[in-house]
Amino acid sequence: MAYAADHAADHHDHKPNPFWRWFGSTNHKDIGTLYLVFSVITGLIGAALSVVMRMELSEPGVEFLVRADGEPNGHFWNTIITAHGVIMIFFVVMPALIGGFGNWFVPLMIGAPDMAFPRMNNISFWLLVPAVIFGILSAVVGGGAGTGWTFYPPLSVTQPESMSVSFAIFALHMAGASSIMGAINFITTILNMRAPGMTLHRMPLFAWAMLVTAFLLLLAVPVLGGAITMLLADNALGTCFFCAEGGDPVLFQHLFWFFGHPEVYIMILPAFGIVSHVVSTFSRKPVFGYLGMAYAMVSIGFIGFVVWAHHMYTVGMPTNVQAYFTLATMVIAVPTGIKIFSWIATMWGGSLRFTTPMLWAIGFIFLFTLGGVTGVMLSMAQFDRPLHDTYFVVAHFHYVLSMGAVFAIFCGWYYWIGKMSGRQYPEWAGKIHFWTFFIGVNVIFFPQHFLGLQGMPRRYIDYLDSQAFYNAISTWGAYLSFASTLFFIGIAIYTLVAGRRVGDNYWGDGATTLEWTVSSPPPFHTFDDLPQIDPEAAH
Amino acid sequence: MADAHHGPNHDYHLLEPSIWPLVTSIAVGILLFGAVLTFHNNPNQPEGLMATLMGARWFILGLGGAGVIASVFGWWSDVIKESRQGDHKPVVQLGLRYGMLFFIASEVMFFFAFFWAYFNFGVTEEAWPPQGTDSFNPIDMPLYNTVILLLSGVTVTWAHEAIRHGDRRDFLVSLGLTVVLGILFTCMQAVEYFEAFAVYGYGYNAEGVVETYPSTFLIATGFHGFHVIIGTTFLAVCWFRGLANNMTKEKHFGFEAAAWYWHFVDVVWLFLYVSIYWGIFDRG
Repeated sequence: MAYAADHAADHHDHKPNPFWRWFGSTNHKDIGTLYLVFSVITGLIGAALSVVMRMELSEPGVEFLVRADGEPNGHFWNTIITAHGVIMIFFVVMPALIGGFGNWFVPLMIGAPDMAFPRMNNISFWLLVPAVIFGILSAVVGGGAGTGWTFYPPLSVTQPESMSVSFAIFALHMAGASSIMGAINFITTILNMRAPGMTLHRMPLFAWAMLVTAFLLLLAVPVLGGAITMLLADNALGTCFFCAEGGDPVLFQHLFWFFGHPEVYIMILPAFGIVSHVVSTFSRKPVFGYLGMAYAMVSIGFIGFVVWAHHMYTVGMPTNVQAYFTLATMVIAVPTGIKIFSWIATMWGGSLRFTTPMLWAIGFIFLFTLGGVTGVMLSMAQFDRPLHDTYFVVAHFHYVLSMGAVFAIFCGWYYWIGKMSGRQYPEWAGKIHFWTFFIGVNVIFFPQHFLGLQGMPRRYIDYLDSQAFYNAISTWGAYLSFASTLFFIGIAIYTLVAGRRVGDNYWGDGATTLEWTVSSPPPFHTFDDLPQIDPEAAH
Repeated sequence: MADAHHGPNHDYHLLEPSIWPLVTSIAVGILLFGAVLTFHNNPNQPEGLMATLMGARWFILGLGGAGVIASVFGWWSDVIKESRQGDHKPVVQLGLRYGMLFFIASEVMFFFAFFWAYFNFGVTEEAWPPQGTDSFNPIDMPLYNTVILLLSGVTVTWAHEAIRHGDRRDFLVSLGLTVVLGILFTCMQAVEYFEAFAVYGYGYNAEGVVETYPSTFLIATGFHGFHVIIGTTFLAVCWFRGLANNMTKEKHFGFEAAAWYWHFVDVVWLFLYVSIYWGIFDRG
């Protein structure tokens, strides 16, 4: 596909001193590393919160989250679920997939020496630090924000004397500004800095995924910014946009989900990109239906903007509006189906190798499809209404996110860690991590479908005795997954310290994109001589 | 090629490390922390760390604000310095154009939220503005403001033509006029706001709540006004750069970006004028 141009790099591989390198970085690889380290730390916090939640739900009755007098502390519970949601979405999945892998591999894959705006790239990362501090303050100061990650009013504006919700809103403002700047950076980089000969239709699918993701961020996040600005004014300045007296709480839901639905594609499209490369590499075949794969993501992006109200079928919308949102939502299954079938067709007849990244990719396809199928079920307004805000919904979105997006994060980590660090993980350990995590998350979330069908509401500290069995199973799954995650931290440390050193292209013939033409780890500045893309080359 | 001790063989701009992103982030964090303290100033705060911080809230707010302004100044001075030393090759300039364009696109979506809120009430309320609202006469002050902004759109285009022909004197005159018109608009809006606050009882009704109509009016026009101030500042910086012979016939993207931004705030105003000052939703 291209020739390596960077063998001479070591001669002029002048890294700045450690302070400037890590605090003033203008290098896409270093900033990507900062993002990945950040999301490992926040990921452990978010996972620990989920273990606290599952511990509380392991048996009927309220055991741990109690006030001093022994009464259940429901607000504390709400604070924990809010922190878990906000941290996992804004401070784990997005930084890892977009900031981490996006920063590392979009420039490498398109043959660009760096991102278009390297300094702005750095503030995209550093804004996340005050943002996550504000997120933590929102949980510990002023009684804690117990609004859920969706911040629905009137609940979120009922305690104007507490600082919690304002801290949470500003955390999202900063994370949102970081995302918008990142989006501008990715779009400009991809449109303006592709290597000579790399037309859009020759661009690797991960870069396509990031391009669509960046457009979704650019157009959806500012709407959230406007919505939470109005919410902040309601909460702190005494305005009445969403308040119950004269305002319109449902307006907030519309604005929130106009952002929130594209947001779920923001989290899953980069995952699609990573899985495409991994499946192709370990099938030793080009991706089946490359253009279909690219335009499936583009159409998911477009349709993703016109389906938002399927999150709010129970607010009293007219029936024909619900019919529209049902139909539009189901249409998304078509491009998503194109992706699933194309991955399977890529594997079909390929020379398959079941390495750790490939296991994560196949696990992704399997579990994301399960979550997608429950998604099609929930897209039906008449099916959704009885299941709205039950554990069926919790199971659905954890299948697509904590098994979709998070599987893709691990998939990308195992696929690229050799490239990023120059050291390879031990294969046996990666496989143990995969299987324990795969079993763990299924044990957590599969029973939650049944709990939802039994009517167990989400965001609630307790449940009926009859729901004890599945809840107990679910909690054991949480312990297993958390142990598996700690094992992963061990693998990561071992790999970085003592992993086997690897060469430029340690996956062999199947890995054809440009990042495999540079050394592992790549020199500080890659592509001092821009690679030329052969116009006849396959993708 | 393998033994070459050459630098980058391309026109892209690789930057030296910079402290500004980190400093800006810290300053933004301090600013917003001060904002939270100011919003939730509780005189009955129990003694302790929070009470001390609460007492220092204006200092924290000011420190953060000064930090943001200082970092913006330092950061963009670096950009101008790099531009002067020729780091902005044509491909980098094209990238800056993309960047500004997409930034404005995101700003459009920010205002989209406020217009959505306004129209939402327009279609769900009995009458909007609500019956008995003492709203502004659209062919009074708002019309003058419209004329001012449209006129500034003309003068900024004049400035663009002038710089494209290398006419520095005309550039400074027309751009100076644009800045003056921008300041005039802001002053007129300030007068209008004092009237609005008089009508709405400084925003708050007897129960201490800003009612829904003034809320939507103030947030939409308020953020527009804030963007006018940013745009005026942007244009004023370009004026000073023009005075320092920093804008040339060939290279003046900083000014073009300011002009794009100015047209954007202009268009937002036209939508505000038509829908908020003129628009009446009455199904009574």
